[in-house]
Formats: sequence, C-alpha cells, structure tokens
Amino acid sequence: MTDVNEKIKTVVNSNDVVLFMKGTPLFPQCGFSSRAVAILEHLGVGFDSFDVLQDMEVRQGIKDYSDWPTIPQLYVKGEFVGGSDIMMEMYEAGELGELMAEKKVAPAEA
Amino acid sequence: MPMASADIEAMILAAFPDASVEITDLAGDGDHYAAKVTSAAFADMNRVKQHQAVYAALKGKMGGELHALQLTTAVPD
Repeated sequence: MTDVNEKIKTVVNSNDVVLFMKGTPLFPQCGFSSRAVAILEHLGVGFDSFDVLQDMEVRQGIKDYSDWPTIPQLYVKGEFVGGSDIMMEMYEAGELGELMAEKKVAPAEA
Repeated sequence: MPMASADIEAMILAAFPDASVEITDLAGDGDHYAAKVTSAAFADMNRVKQHQAVYAALKGKMGGELHALQLTTAVPD
C-alpha cells in the first residue's frame, strides 16, 4: 500500500503532465483514455503516460491515491486534475489550456 | 453486471434529494451511461469534489459494476 503510493508519487512527479491510462497514446485500450490523449494532443502539451494495464498494483493504487474510481486520470505538476469528463469540460471551457499556461507546462516537442 | 438507470438515479437522489438527474443510456446495453446531475449541494465544490460526491453516492459501484458513466455536474441557475 505505502510502497505503491511512493511509486505513484514518483510517477506523478516525473513530468509536468502525467496521464494514467489504459494502453498507450498510440494504442489506447479504452474510449475514455483515448479521449484524454486526444485532448492533450489538441492542447499541444508534452506529457508522459503510464499504462495501468501493465501494472495491476498501480491500476488499483491510483484509484486510492486520489480517491477517484476510474481511469484515465490526469496530473499536472503533481496535482490531480480529473478524469476524462472533467478534462473535456475544462477543455471546452478553455480552462485546461489556461491551467497548462498558468502552471508553465512545456509544449510538446515537434 | 449492468446496472439499471433507475437504480443509478435512485442512488444519486438518495444522496442529493434536491438534484435533477438526467440519465442517458449511451449504447442501449445498460452498461454505458451519461448522467447530468444538477444540485445546489455542488455550490461550494470544485469539479473534482462534485464528481467525487456523485461517485460516493454510487457507493463503490463506479469503476466496478458501472464501467462507463460519463458524468456532468452543475449547480442550478
């Protein structure tokens, strides 16, 4: 429990933007994860992804970590932002872009 | 194990008696829903807290029995 929390914390802090998802950005394994990737790509921000299907411990642990029952989960500068519904709402309202600018997130490398 | 939309609605209403709840069965398979929940109880909560409150009302069914619930929360005008 504690070990997996430490592991998650390390992943969360390993990049400005981290997406816990099912599958990979190129091959998402779930519609919600796919939507989350599409939003980040539209915003043009650089991000790391973590495939929870490759790590059962993290797959369960991440749900407890932020008291959030579903995947994907987006973290910006170590802070939990939300799942794909919140990402979509924020993106449509222009808030997700603002958050990335506010937090000085680096753009994706071309 | 799919869940009936009436059960989802009842669980949300039990936690938020003032709420208006609109549930749409997205795929017609009783397993992929969208829900819009409007309640004054959300007034002082940010989006994450609003969604967490709805998930709490669903008592752990979210992410288990209920695979897909596209959730929108709002405060009444």
